[in-house]
Amino acid sequence: MQRAISFTLNGKPARLNVDDERMLLWVLRYDLGLTGTKFGCGAALCGACTVIVDNRAVRSCSTPIKDVAGKRVLTIEGLAPAGRLHPIQAAFAKHHAFQCGYCTPGMILNAYALLLKTPRPARAEILREMEDNLCRCGAHTRILDAIEDASTAMQGGAQ
Amino acid sequence: MRPPSELSRRDFFALTGSGLFVLFRVEPLQAFQEPAKLPTWQGAPSDFNAYLRIGEDGRVTAMAGKVELGQGVMTSLAQMLAEELGVALDSVDMLLGDTDLCPWDMGTFGSLSTRTLGPVMRAAGAEARAVLVQMAAERLQVPAERLQANDGVVSDSSAPRKRVSYAELVRGKRIERHLEKTPLKPVAAFRLIGQSPHRKDALDKVTGKAKYAGDMSIPGTLHARILRPPAHGATLKEADTSAAEKTAGVRVVKDGDLIAVLHERPDGAERALGLIQARFERPQPSFDDKTVFDHLLKTARAYQVVHSSGSLEEGEKLAASVLDLTYLNSYVAHAPMETHAAVARIEGGKVTVWASTQTPFPLKQQVAQALGMAPENVRVIARYIGGGFGGKSASRQAIEAARLAKIVGRPVQVVMSRAEEFFYDAFRPAAVVKIRSGLTAAGQIAFWDYRVCGAGERESRQFYDVAHQRTVSSGGWMGGNPPGMHPFAVGPWRAPSVNTNTFARESQIDMLAARAGRDPLEFRLSQLSDTRMRRALEAVAKQFGWRAGRAPSGRGVGVACGTYSGTYVATMAEVAADKSSGHVQVKRVVSAQDQGLIVNPDGSRQQVEGCITMGLGYALGEEVRFKDGEVLDRNFDTYQIPRFSWLPKIETVPIENQESPPSSGGEPAIITMGAVLANAIYDAFGARVLQLPMTPARVLEALAKG
Repeated sequence: MQRAISFTLNGKPARLNVDDERMLLWVLRYDLGLTGTKFGCGAALCGACTVIVDNRAVRSCSTPIKDVAGKRVLTIEGLAPAGRLHPIQAAFAKHHAFQCGYCTPGMILNAYALLLKTPRPARAEILREMEDNLCRCGAHTRILDAIEDASTAMQGGAQ
Repeated sequence: MRPPSELSRRDFFALTGSGLFVLFRVEPLQAFQEPAKLPTWQGAPSDFNAYLRIGEDGRVTAMAGKVELGQGVMTSLAQMLAEELGVALDSVDMLLGDTDLCPWDMGTFGSLSTRTLGPVMRAAGAEARAVLVQMAAERLQVPAERLQANDGVVSDSSAPRKRVSYAELVRGKRIERHLEKTPLKPVAAFRLIGQSPHRKDALDKVTGKAKYAGDMSIPGTLHARILRPPAHGATLKEADTSAAEKTAGVRVVKDGDLIAVLHERPDGAERALGLIQARFERPQPSFDDKTVFDHLLKTARAYQVVHSSGSLEEGEKLAASVLDLTYLNSYVAHAPMETHAAVARIEGGKVTVWASTQTPFPLKQQVAQALGMAPENVRVIARYIGGGFGGKSASRQAIEAARLAKIVGRPVQVVMSRAEEFFYDAFRPAAVVKIRSGLTAAGQIAFWDYRVCGAGERESRQFYDVAHQRTVSSGGWMGGNPPGMHPFAVGPWRAPSVNTNTFARESQIDMLAARAGRDPLEFRLSQLSDTRMRRALEAVAKQFGWRAGRAPSGRGVGVACGTYSGTYVATMAEVAADKSSGHVQVKRVVSAQDQGLIVNPDGSRQQVEGCITMGLGYALGEEVRFKDGEVLDRNFDTYQIPRFSWLPKIETVPIENQESPPSSGGEPAIITMGAVLANAIYDAFGARVLQLPMTPARVLEALAKG
């Protein structure tokens, strides 16, 4: 159904007149021009399209836009609004926790949700929470290291 | 701007402005070319295919046709250039993968970038520095021997205030130099080579600013979805597109074999595709992923001799026992996280294609051919690429985008769905390796008879000291396969041929060691003269803490080694294998690699870690299921790639060898993963798995056989 949908996007109000069954991924990438959110599988199997909705990580390829009405959506573009890297981004850069970089925005945002929920997670907990985000280049160990490092840097609380 | 690579040099300099240019040539390695598939190149200057420029602002730009796939080439090439040139790493911009701005390059594959481009990048930097120092000597009235060049400034070593920057030296001038034999820095003088600076792509990638082909937003773009057959070999009988045509905003294109629906949004095109009623005639029943191995052996062409020495007959006579085993591996997908994507725009008679491709220059030729345009009117740009592993050597999507852009008169984007990515992937070929080998009464290898079918011959010749041996090969990823041998495309998959050949060889060596009742490491070293391989084995054993024992020891430890394009790699692993479920959890992997001079140690480590992780997939789980031309794996639910929980503790051991030129870094470690895990599983409980991937079912089957 075509209707107006309002939500908060990266801290700013957004209002769109859209078919409310459309998936959030396509609205973000093409209607709003936020291409940091990636298409990987289209079936919520890889995590490349992960964004944060009301502090929880969701797969935007399988989330209809109507589900975010009235909610707060955070994409990778909103994580460093003033140009200053979020500690998770800084840790990914420091550890070179990426190679091709395609899965990276989804990895970072999934980690963001994890650290909001559990500021000081054990290694096994990080692994469990990251399990369904796929990386083909094999940066896994560095990604876990980066998340541990970010957790310490944030001193127990997500910004 | 017209492409410099197709201009005369005079035109080229007229376009590129002032500054100091060093033109140089990167020699392609003929062995990696597929002559039938590569276009002949016409009109390119024959005396250079890469260059660097120092501009009036002092910034250094190096242009080369390689692409950044994640392997870190943007950083490592810049390091080598900056080292010799005497500038800060931050002042170097690498401009890669743009066919208008970079001279011709055959493609980014085969671990060639550091190996072939690196040395000339260094030489070009040294040449430029020599020119600048000479200019500075004249300007400062100081003998050149007294001058030093650092951070883009030439200064008098005895009077540091006498100084002039590179930028000042080149201002208003246009200087062209070709590579001369300028001496390179000795290893001891390195400041940047051997360091691990921050990757140049880090900031773009952690902020989401890195633009991949599918991220290009060109105003007026239509997104296309294309009607695909349900199976390879299926033919379209009829297609009713009337429902799609009636949908607002949808445009339907039918152009020969190409039926596409286009919409201003990708999800709009996706929906329209679902409205097409198509009927395909499927191919005759043929074979599937289980029966493919017999099919390969039946259809293979005559075997070619790769190597032969001594006499197999003599060897047989010396053998006290003979071991005859057959090794199999399945088709494996590349499955990069970014599917093949492209945007094509035609404007003023010129087409620009942004594409995720490992081969921008060959693609340019293919696009020109498909559109009937002159190649000089085609520009391909491949900036950031979301993983390749060999799979983005073919770029069907870019040709389709260009064809559609020409038909509809608007920019067109084609991004493959995950199902299309699996369907059109050029898989690592399934293969059969038969090895017949014997042991002397003294427990040495008496003879070695090796037949590889389907994988290709690269690194198939074994390197142990065996007097009587023969290696033969038929077919492979590069071609030479009879029609119908494979039901779909096959192609280069990270370390092509060599995963198969190393799995078979190193498994067989382990079985010989077991039969001889000897420790697998000691067995290898006792008949191995190659000092670099010995050193790699010794280095990995030391780090791993290898304790000698005959397999199966019940500990679940294994060793395997191999060579890849001049690099030596030895790997040890420890597994926990569950006897009741057949599940294998890899606990620890240690890999030692001698790749000659290591330009960027952390970059090298990243590549080895990536190889070990990706290698877990083909070793333990990845295989493409298919039947009668239909690819049954369409997404990551059934095609499982390695995840966080698969990860062992990974330790990398770089072997100091700065005096040898850099060899391959991004592929070698993956070649050992099949055998090292097969050998560790054998050591755990004496079951030999002869087929990759070693799924729980195959482990249980091997256990049942004893």
